[in-house]
Amino acid sequence: MLRSELVDNIHKDNPYLTRDEAERVVAVILQSIIQTLEKGARVELRGFGAFSTRHRAARKGRNPRTGEPVMVREKHVPFFRAGKELKAQIDASRKH
Amino acid sequence: MSVGTVTRADLAEALYREIGLSRTESAALVEAVIDQIIDALIRGETVKLAGFGTFSLRDKNERIGRNPKTGEEVPITSRRVLTFKPSQVMRERVDSALSQ
Repeated sequence: MLRSELVDNIHKDNPYLTRDEAERVVAVILQSIIQTLEKGARVELRGFGAFSTRHRAARKGRNPRTGEPVMVREKHVPFFRAGKELKAQIDASRKH
Repeated sequence: MSVGTVTRADLAEALYREIGLSRTESAALVEAVIDQIIDALIRGETVKLAGFGTFSLRDKNERIGRNPKTGEEVPITSRRVLTFKPSQVMRERVDSALSQ
């Protein structure tokens, strides 16, 4: 499913919204999640999962082409962990 | 900065504030968006949200694991797991907001 298909489905199931409003609903939700992570906070959606950030310390790396050692700076990366319920539903869906 | 954990209620509040839908509609739409994503994953589909990231499924074979406490070998059954890969946009926004 693509973002455009998600918007179509939301629009179809909620005919009181214009296609443009359905687009904005999806945009506001996804933007709010990103903005929360930018503030260093987490998003917890019961039954789905949690979005958080993980810190990766600076490390010594190597340029894979030249073998030259380089310093890789610290990074903060977005992280998603599926909730227990969703994990179980996904594993169960494999059988059918 | 210290901010509390964001939940469904906060996402619904954002819809209410930014789009001007009723609180009831806002809450139902947050649920609808989450349900759409879950349903697609359960159908076995990859969910690709441009500007956000991709949820994909991986089937893992059975392998031998070990109980770290007792050292005992235990089989880890084959399973289907969900992974999330953040988009480049999301990675860059989060990293530039939080790293120096």
